[in-house]
Amino acid sequence: MSQEPQQSSIFKVIGASSLGTLIEWYDFYIFGSLATIIGSQLFPADAGASALINTLAIFAAGFIVRPFGALVFGRLGDLIGRKYTFLLTLVLMGGSTFLIGLIPSYSSIGYAAPILVLILRLIQGLALGGEYGGAATYVAEHAPAHKRGFFTSWIQTTATGGLFLSLGIIVLTKNLVGAEGFADWGWRIPFLLSILLVGVSIYIRMKMHESPMFTKLKSEGKVSKNPLKESFNNKTNFKMVLLALFGATMGQGVIWYTGQFYAQSFIENTCHVDFNDSRYILLWGIAFATPFFVIFGSWSDKVGRKWIMLAGMLLGVIFYRPIYQIFLDDTDVSKVEQKDIKEISNPVVTRTAVVGTTDSLITTTSMVTLLDGMSFNKIQSHTKFADANKPAVELPDVYKDKKLSTPIFWKFVLLIFFQILLVTMVYGPIAAFLVELFPTKIRYTSMSLPYHVGNGVFGGLVPFIATLIVSFSGATPLSGLWYPIGIAALSLVIGTVYLSNKKPDHNEAESENH
Amino acid sequence: MNAIKKALGIVWIILGPASIIFMFMQAIEKVGLAEAGVHKTNTALQWGIILFIFIPISAGLVIFGYYALKGEYDKLPED
Repeated sequence: MSQEPQQSSIFKVIGASSLGTLIEWYDFYIFGSLATIIGSQLFPADAGASALINTLAIFAAGFIVRPFGALVFGRLGDLIGRKYTFLLTLVLMGGSTFLIGLIPSYSSIGYAAPILVLILRLIQGLALGGEYGGAATYVAEHAPAHKRGFFTSWIQTTATGGLFLSLGIIVLTKNLVGAEGFADWGWRIPFLLSILLVGVSIYIRMKMHESPMFTKLKSEGKVSKNPLKESFNNKTNFKMVLLALFGATMGQGVIWYTGQFYAQSFIENTCHVDFNDSRYILLWGIAFATPFFVIFGSWSDKVGRKWIMLAGMLLGVIFYRPIYQIFLDDTDVSKVEQKDIKEISNPVVTRTAVVGTTDSLITTTSMVTLLDGMSFNKIQSHTKFADANKPAVELPDVYKDKKLSTPIFWKFVLLIFFQILLVTMVYGPIAAFLVELFPTKIRYTSMSLPYHVGNGVFGGLVPFIATLIVSFSGATPLSGLWYPIGIAALSLVIGTVYLSNKKPDHNEAESENH
Repeated sequence: MNAIKKALGIVWIILGPASIIFMFMQAIEKVGLAEAGVHKTNTALQWGIILFIFIPISAGLVIFGYYALKGEYDKLPED
């Protein structure tokens, strides 16, 4: 048999699987990226902060149900096959994303709006829990063992690709409809667009065949009768599930979410960098780093998966705090001296009545441009009391909407690139690593659970727990990093001591292909 | 290396309940500090979610430690 048809067939498999998975990630991330707007549109309008917290809770709930989705669809995938299971997850994900875009605002339907968001978000999480394990298993079961890292690494690019696509479409939509239009109705476009992407992906996936390994198992009547029991009630397998979670996916999850989600949130919300700038930085970082998923995946076929993944965790533990300190220092404009200022715009003064009193809040906003090209809005506020004898109370100055100078912008891109490079190290080889830990008949179930607990729970809660830690008394803006650093360090120790560095051999490849 | 694996097993067995006790203490403190009303509900909800998901994970860490202590990881099936 010639090698060429096999190669073209495997790339069709990768293409069909990756496209669907990329769209599922896109669907999942647009919600996270638009959490603030969703909070203001679909939650009670009189409690802005509460709306955001509620949304974050729903966001977390989305992640929490992922492990349940892994169990439900993993079991299904091991019983009826990979192809139909990950088709079902795609339909559920696409449908719920589309429907989120159609939910009327809180002002129109009241509490039905946040309840509908919660239900649809739970369905999204459930679907995502089933999708990834199916796609990774499907590709791995088509790939020769000695190239499993290379071929599955294409699936690994989809999570970052989905994030890239979601950010790109959000920025593009916002630029097209304007900030006001986007906040009002434009935010729905990225959700509605999903139905088209999912439709194309379903069409392509329908044409694919079942995985050859699963087909072989089925023809021999060796399909598992109870995948959940065989996965978690069998000590030999369950101990590998625990090892995969604590020695690999737990650390991988926090590295992934810190580099790609927390970084952007930190730059936007803690450093107060402009909405578009913070997203452009991430987009460039992702664009430069994405090829490294394939490079590290492929390299893991030669040197083994273990040390590449653990090196990514180690570098994260060492470098996170210095990197985020640079983010803070380079955006700190509170100590800017007069000689550094190029221009200050005419101040815009607004007067807002303080609810329930006759006092007013006077806000003065001026745009400051520095000689190095950086600009920002300086907001000075003071309370003016109705009682003229009472002195005005000055509030601390606030600096927002910072647009970075070109050198600082690219420095930030470099720092984000480095963090995503760590993501590619831990994430590039992990699909092959997980697939190789478990036997074919319970693979979908067994690999999905540690993957989604590691990513969904440990990783997905990085922004949530980090924000919580920052709210502790005595905490600094960098305190939130102790969560990903601690988890990555723990996973690094467990992985170093307990994991073996298996290198796929060609004999195994031969035996699996015949 | 097998001796280290077993010795660390004890650490994982202790770390599981220790992390949950720490989280419970944090939860009680933070919910207690929160302002009455919506804030208190939100804080309780957040910590409730965290505890709900981390209790089984901590139990898993204890089981992992127990397996390590018993030498179950001295030789892996893939070795």
